[in-house]
Formats: sequence, structure tokens, C-alpha cells
Amino acid sequence: MILSALIFIPMLAALLLILVPKEKTDLFRWIALAASSIQLVLVAFLIQNYDQSLAGINQAETYQFVEKFDWIRVSAGSYGILEITYFLGVDGLSLPMLILTALVGLIGVISSFTIDKHVKGYFISYLILLSAMTGVFVALDFFLFYLFWELMLIPMYFLIGIWGGPRREYAAIKFFLYTFIGSLLMLLVIIGLYFSYVTNPGAAPEQMVHSFSMVSMMNQQNLLPGSLLSAEHWRHIAFLLMFLGFAVKIPMFPFHTWLPDAHVEAPTPISVILAGVLLKMGTYGLVRVMMPVFPESWLYFAWGIGLFGVINILYGALAAMGQTDLKKLIAYSSVSHMGFVLLGLASLSTEGVTGAVYQMFSHGLISAMLFLAVGVIYDRAHHREIDGFGGLAKQMPVYAGWTLFAFFASLGLPALSGFVAEALVFMGSFSQPVTQNLAIVSTLGMLITAIYYLWTYQKVFTGELNPKYAGYPDLTGRELTMLSVLGAAILIAGIYPSLLTDLMTSSVNHLNDLVKSAGTASAGLN
Amino acid sequence: MTLDLFSYVILLPVAGFLVNGLLGLFNLAGWRSEARKPVVGWLASAAILVPFLILLQIFIGMAAQDKGFVTLYNWLTIETLQVNISYQVDSLSVLMGLMVTGIGFLIHVYSIGYMKHDPGFWRFFVYLNLFIFSMLNLIFADNLMLLFLGWEGVGLCSYLLIGFWYQHAFANDAAIKAFVMNRIGDFAFLIGMFLLFTSAGSLNFDAINQSVGALDPTTLFLAGLFLFIGATGKSAQIPLYTWLPDAMAGPTPVSALIHAATMVTAGVYMVARLSPLFSASPELMVVIAVIGGLTAFLAATIGLFQNDIKKVLAYSTVSQLGYMFLAAGVGAFPVAIFHVFTHAFFKACLFLGSGSVIHAMHEEQDIRNMGGLRKYLPQTYLTFFIATLALAGFPLTAGFFSKDEILFRTFASGNYLLWGLALFSALLTAVYMMRLTSLTFYGRERFDAGHKHPHESPALMTLPLWVLAAGALTVGFLGLPGVVSHSNWITEWLSPAVITAEVHATHTTEWILIGLGSVIALTGLFAGWKLYTTGLETVTRLKSGLSGLYNLVYNKYFVDELYDRLVVGPYTRLSESVLAKIENRFFYPVFGWTSSAVSGFADTLRYIQTGYTPVYLTLFIIGVIGLISLILFI
Repeated sequence: MILSALIFIPMLAALLLILVPKEKTDLFRWIALAASSIQLVLVAFLIQNYDQSLAGINQAETYQFVEKFDWIRVSAGSYGILEITYFLGVDGLSLPMLILTALVGLIGVISSFTIDKHVKGYFISYLILLSAMTGVFVALDFFLFYLFWELMLIPMYFLIGIWGGPRREYAAIKFFLYTFIGSLLMLLVIIGLYFSYVTNPGAAPEQMVHSFSMVSMMNQQNLLPGSLLSAEHWRHIAFLLMFLGFAVKIPMFPFHTWLPDAHVEAPTPISVILAGVLLKMGTYGLVRVMMPVFPESWLYFAWGIGLFGVINILYGALAAMGQTDLKKLIAYSSVSHMGFVLLGLASLSTEGVTGAVYQMFSHGLISAMLFLAVGVIYDRAHHREIDGFGGLAKQMPVYAGWTLFAFFASLGLPALSGFVAEALVFMGSFSQPVTQNLAIVSTLGMLITAIYYLWTYQKVFTGELNPKYAGYPDLTGRELTMLSVLGAAILIAGIYPSLLTDLMTSSVNHLNDLVKSAGTASAGLN
Repeated sequence: MTLDLFSYVILLPVAGFLVNGLLGLFNLAGWRSEARKPVVGWLASAAILVPFLILLQIFIGMAAQDKGFVTLYNWLTIETLQVNISYQVDSLSVLMGLMVTGIGFLIHVYSIGYMKHDPGFWRFFVYLNLFIFSMLNLIFADNLMLLFLGWEGVGLCSYLLIGFWYQHAFANDAAIKAFVMNRIGDFAFLIGMFLLFTSAGSLNFDAINQSVGALDPTTLFLAGLFLFIGATGKSAQIPLYTWLPDAMAGPTPVSALIHAATMVTAGVYMVARLSPLFSASPELMVVIAVIGGLTAFLAATIGLFQNDIKKVLAYSTVSQLGYMFLAAGVGAFPVAIFHVFTHAFFKACLFLGSGSVIHAMHEEQDIRNMGGLRKYLPQTYLTFFIATLALAGFPLTAGFFSKDEILFRTFASGNYLLWGLALFSALLTAVYMMRLTSLTFYGRERFDAGHKHPHESPALMTLPLWVLAAGALTVGFLGLPGVVSHSNWITEWLSPAVITAEVHATHTTEWILIGLGSVIALTGLFAGWKLYTTGLETVTRLKSGLSGLYNLVYNKYFVDELYDRLVVGPYTRLSESVLAKIENRFFYPVFGWTSSAVSGFADTLRYIQTGYTPVYLTLFIIGVIGLISLILFI
């Protein structure tokens, strides 16, 4: 029941908030803080009891902390039995994401303490969002997955649309529209998959169980002969449609333009959640769904996916370079860094895929820290123009120190988490003939990243102090706590990566083997 | 050999970093106050002194062929990729470690005096400790990945320390330039590292060096070449050397420690650590030797006409690093390390001496505004002069032995052209160093003595100078030439860790070369002294007579301008055009109009509906029904 508890505790807290009178603003904050702290404790418990030798992926029995109940089960005559299950489980791909969600979720709550407009509505939305995100990472039934996926959209829409900046409505609608179109594509394919797979192949037609279980769809012997998705070209089409759905979320070039808008308008904590956790949903979808369910398509399109990864890296970095708004710069930097995930996954090497998952985790922490850092100065100066600052290091040395730390983490300084991820991705993609050329080009991105961060730091923090900012206080205790926690996590993940990679290794290896072997086996499939 | 205490060598500097860093950052216990400065400084110094003593104890108790490993923990294991935080203690790493901690300690002590009035005192020592920590990781790493962690760590400290006075724009520009140019090299390094990993199957030095024979020559050449490009960044060689002279914007102790004695020699160290790999590719060795020789020459010519005391020394460093690579390129890896070792003493001494001068002259760095300082700064002068002799290769000083060995080995390897170039550069070295000494310390005072009041530095600063000067006089005897003594201690000491090419030359040849080297050094020193004391008019005449050539060299061959024109400009324009043209004029409008359209639609809709949720749900349900029917009925 621990996974259900993990998902629903924030939602229960949200229900509790409904009962609390509107003017007790502090109570909202503390309840939210408590809920998200409990989440973190539960995740710690998961890590403690996690058996890292078990792989998960396409083997239902090697998932851990599994909860599986029939939810809906109806007989549909000659179509067989239609089944929806409440199916949760954790493996080496989802556990890092849970750690990330719990940690960033908690930081997000602390950061939300400064929100003072409609506090009640804000925290209710926030907690629902937290539940939905957790749900996505542990759902193993497509129906459930989709439910949580969509559930995420609503609170996010309101959080940007109500608590955002001046152009919040435009940004919220853009966000909503993009993701919604993506979801529709996804739904289309989910339904196609549903009718093409059964959990008991070989049974009589009336007895065949059509299930939304992802795990069952990852085993190609469950494919119903003659069904829509048993034809290779349909599988490729389905793959592309669903890929598009996830690509919007990553966001992959050229579907990235919603991200800078959403970030610029979103309040700081929501930017933190958006960059820290939400973007990872897209890439998580790739590893959880696309690779194991469509292995032969993944192999077929691998180079193209890697290419888009590299385009993300370079295009995002070049676009970041030219930004004058600090938040927009970091948003484009996110686009760039998420490209490494695509590149690593495309390489299908152990190092590459491990690096990709590591990057999801690492970028979650680093981007959260970056957006918090931007929030600090925005709260004081009420603007984010890079050229409008100058010399802040003198006035706010601790702030300058942590910001520089975050910048260096983002530009891939060794001993910080980003380096581990990017080096592994680079190494993995370099070792595979398919992606070798892409790997070499991608290094340019890391160079550009160094340049724009160092220039930005120079413009904002060094030189003579701009007298306009002479009275600014350094970090408050709350701000310092948030930045220090994230900074410590980034450092630990950088100097002791085996803590996390050991949790992932079995699953990553199994995933790779699955994709590669199914890819060769699919030669006979038609 | 007992390594029980070895982990403290690594841990103490980082402990010093943490204690001073945390207390200073939050200004606890008055850590930033004037009264705490001695505590901060001596704490940081002790964090380096104790590792030095531990290494000394290990050194005394070890034989040259001893080799031990200290593993702290497993950094990462992914299939065959296994990286441990593991340190390799052998003759090479111990020697380098002693040098880094020993000279590092002296420079820490010197800095207590030098940085006394700086408000960022604590920050300075925090960075210095972090630097030593990174440098020790680099040196003792038993695998390429850990070496790279240290490699980047020293790069970070270099960035932080060059830009230490962050209020000055030029300091930041220089810091960024250093970091970015190093990054270019670092990527080559990474590519080389991964090439090696994919072909040799390991990142451990021992495993790589042993697998050299099994690698195909092209891979070997490429992997080595990429690693070497990495080294040209860190060790300021052509084409990535232009950051080092700018790096002089940092405080002078930093220039001495990082940009002369230790960090910049990391490239040479890396090449020596992988000497079996590099020497297995003759083509690669040629590349290294040529780059080294050309850099030695190019930087020496630029050094001739610089007027900033630190810039002269910076170009001299670039030039001497060139000599080290030349040695490596002709297969004399132990000699390269020997020169690293001797160079650390006299170059650190020179930089610290220049710091003492700058201190005395109230931040004046232009030697045209100095002169006659000998009588004001007698100790600084004397140590500076000794180090000058050592750098110029005056007989029996440290630089004499190591540089002559390089010249001899270059000659013996048959690269006569490179030998000629190196010999000529040695002449230039003696000239520009004596020019520097003469313009600074001799002749008449070209400043207002009544107003400036130059004064000798305190003992805290002069003592390290004397220790280093003593080293500059004596450490050369560790590597006596073959004609004098059968046992060359340093070569023998390093032989288990570093390979060396066979030497085919007669004793007569060696004697002739030593004689030639001595004559060259003496000639250069004399010319430098004569021209820049009494012969200043001749210099002026020469300059105007050869004004074209002079301008070219004076402007450093316009290499910075060339890079600006060829790389920086196009790059900036590219990023501007990507943003302005592609992103803003294409992707934003194309993908934005849909949202605007919906937004407009929603604005109308708002009058009918109170919220968006019903719309959303309706859409959702219609969608689901539509899709199910689509799939069921096609």
C-alpha cells in the first residue's frame, strides 16, 4: 500500500485543505509541507527496501512494492474480456524519478511560502499536481498512467494561469494546448495498443483478456496476430504519434516554444516543478513506454531521435546564448540539457541509457536550483533583465556563491551531477557507431553552455555594484535552506554517483537487452 | 612503503577548504574579520603542510619501484566501466605531490603576507586549498576519469582565482577566457579518453599502458592526439596558449602557484603518466615535439618585448612548458618531469619576487616605470636574480641541468631543426630574463622615489623567496648529465613509472653541447644586461630600424585578434542570428499563432462558460468516444 500512500497523501491533504477556512494561510502552508515531507520519508523507505538486483521493465514479477487490483473487468463477447487494473510498481527507472519528485516537490512547497494570493486554491492545486506526478511515475497500467497524466494538466494550467506573470493566460493556454494535443495522440495509440494485445495469447477469443497493463504490452508474444499493431508500418506510425505526445513534454525541438513562455509567466515554485519534474514525464514516457513497447521502432528511428537530441542541445544552447531575460535563458538551457536524454536513449548503450536517466534526475535538481536562484533576485528586483544588474556578488555573496554553483553544475563541471550524466551520455553515444558522429557534434553544446553561463554570471554578479541594488539583503534562511539542500544533493550525486546508478543498473541493462533482442526478433514479425 | 596516512594527503586540503569556506561564507566566529586573518591563513597553510610531511615520510620510506594504491570508494560501475576514487602512489606521483604541496605551502605562507590587506582574504585561502585538493587528485589518480575530475577542478580554481578581484572587468574577461579555452581542450581530452576506453576497455593507467601493444596505430594516434590537444589547453601550448598571459590578472601568488609552478604542468604530467601510450605512436611524438618546440620559440620572442613584469614571466612560462613538451616529444619523458620540477622552483621564485616588487611599487607592473629597485628591495632582488640565472641556464643552476638535458636529448634524437630552434630560444630566454632584471632592478629610478617609497617585503614573504631561490640553485643536481655522473638520480627514480627513449650520442657530443648551452646562456645574459642598462639607445635604434618586425612581435603576432576575427565574431553572430531570425521570426510565430487563435477563441468563450474545466472534459469525452469508435469500426 506504500505506493498508494505515496500518491494519495498529497491529495488527501488537498481534501483537508478544502475544510480549512480561507484566512488561515499559514495552516495551508504547513499542511502542504507536512504532506510533502511524508512523501519524502516514504520515498526514503522505498530506497531502503529496494532490491537493486531486480530489473522490472517487462517482468511483472520483478517490479517491487507492487499493488495490483482489478478495477474494471467486463466481458465483451467475441472481443474477449476488457480489463483495467489498478497496477502500481517500482523499478530502477521509476525510483530515481520518485526521489526527484519527492525532493523537488518539497522544495517547491517551501518556495511557495511567499505566495499570498488565493493561498488555499494555490496549495490545493499544488498538492493535486504532486499526486498526479507521483502517479505517473508508478502507474503500470496505461489507463491509470493516462489518468494521472491528464490530471497533472489541470492544476498546472491553473497554477500558471492564475498565479503567473502578466501574460499568464496566453502562456497557460499555450501550455495546455500543446500538452493536450500530445495527450490526444497518446490516447489514440493507447487504445490501439489495448486492442492489439492480450494477456493470455492462445486462449479462445471470448476468453482473451485485453488489458491496459503496460507490462503485458512489453512482451511481444502477447501481440494478437492480425490486430492493427501487428503490422510493422502501423507500429511505426503508432510509435511516431505517441513519440510526438511525449516529445512535446520534453520538450523536443521544434515543439519547445511553449516552455519559455510557460516558464517566464509561471511563479517561481511552479517553474521549479515544471523544469524539475514535469519535463521528465516526457522522457520517462520514452523509457517506460516507447522503448520496451516499440523496441523495433525505437531501433529503426534511433538515429533520428539522437539527431533531434543533438539539435535540442545545440539549438537550445544557441538560443539561450542570446537571451536577455534570465528565466528565459534557463528555460532554453533546459531545452538544451534535455537533448542529452534523447541522445543517450538513442545510443542504446548501457552507459548512454544510464546517463540519460541520470540526466533526468540531475537536470531535475539543477534546473530546480537555477529557477530558485532566479526567483531570489526577481523577488527583490522585480525584473530579470540580465543587463540590468551588475556587481551583485559584493552585495549578496552567499547568493552569488550558490548561483555560481548552480551555473557550474549546469555547465557540467565534474564532481557535480550534471557532469556524470553528460559524460555517460557522451561516452555511450560515442561508443555506438550509430550515434558516434552525433556525440562529437554534441560536445559543442557543452562548450556553448559554458560560455553563456559565464557571461551571464559576469553581467549579473561581477564588476562594480549597480547602486540601485545597494540595499538588497542576502539570502533569507528559507532561501538558503532550499538552495543548500539542492546544492548538497547535486554535489552528492556528482561525487558518489554509484549511490544512484546502482539502483538503476539492472533495469537499464534489462531495458537495453529487451530493445536490442526484440529488434532483431522483429525481423520475423509482420 | 606504508600508506596508512595517505588518505589525509587528499582529505586535509578539502577539510581546510570546508572549514574556512563555511565559516567565511556565513561569517561565523568573525571569520571575515581582520583579527581572524592569521588564523584563516595558517589553518589553510597547515592543511597543505601536513600532507607535505606525510608525503615526505612516504618518500623517505619508499624505493623507486614501489607502487601502492589507496582506494576510497567506487565512484561508478556500469558494466565494464569501473571508476574508483583510487590513488596511485608511485615514484612519479610522489615526486609531483611533494612539489605541489611543498611549493604550495610556501606560496600559502607568502600569501598570508601578500593578501594581508585584501577584504577577500578568507575567500582566497579557500580557493587555494580547493586548488591543492584538485591538483592532488589529478596527480595521484590511478585512472583517467579521476585525473579529469582533478583536471577540471584545477580549471575551476583557476577561473575563480583569475577572477578573484571580480570588481575589475578585465579580471573576469581573463577568467572566462581561461575557462573557455581550457574547455575546448577538455572536450578533446574527453574524446581521447572515450576513444581509449572503447578500444582499450579500461580507464586505468596501468591497464591502458599495458594494452598499448594491442591497439591499432590509428586509434592510438587519434586517442593520444586528442589527449594532447587537451594538454595544449591546460598547459598553454599552441594553439590554445593565449589565455595564460591574460590569466596574470589574478593575484600574483596565484600566478606563481597555478599559472607557473603546478597547474599548467598538468599536461606534461599527463603525457608522462601515459608515456608508453604516447611513445608507441611515432607520428604523435613528432606532433608533440614540434608543438613544444614552436611554442618555446614563439613565446620566447613575445617575451622579449613585453613591458608588464608578470606578462614577461607568463610568456616565459609558456615557453618553458614548450621545452617540457619538446622533451616528451623526443621520448625523454623523465627529463620533461625534471624540467617541470626545476621550473617550479625558479618560476615560483620569480613570480613571488615580482609580487614583492608590485607590492613595493603600489600595484605598479610596468617595468618602464621601475628601475634601480635593487637598493630598496635587496632580498627580493637577490632571489630574483638567482632565479633569473637558473631560468637562463647559467652553469650549475637548476635550469642549466634540466634545459641542457632537453637540448641534448633533442639533438641526440636527430631532430636537429628543433634542436636549433630550442637553442635559439634558450638565447632569447637569457636575453629577456636579463632585460627584465635590468629594467626592474638596475639603472636609474624611473619613478618618483620621494612619492612611492618602495620598501622590502616582510619576512613572511621573503622567507619563501629564499627557500625557492635555494631550490633554484640546487635541485638541478638531482639530474646530473651522463658525462659527469653515471647515476642520474631523477631519471632512475622515475624509471619504474615513466619510460624513456634510448640515447645514442658520444660523450664528446654531450660535452660540446653542454659547452654550447653554457656559452649561449652567458651570451644572452650579458647581452640582456648590456642592452638594457647602458645600451638603451641601441635598443631604441634597433626597434625603429626593424619597426615592422617589432610591431608584429610586440602585438603578439596578432593571434588574439585573429581568434576574435575567426572564431569569436562568427560565433556571436551565429547565436544572435539563431535567436533573432529563426527562433523569434519563425518558430515563435508559427507555433504561437495556434495558441493566440485559441486564446482569442477562449476569450469569446469566456462569456458563455465560467471556467475551462467543462470544455476540457467535454473535449476529453468526445475525444475518447471518437477514438474508440474509430478503432473499433475501421
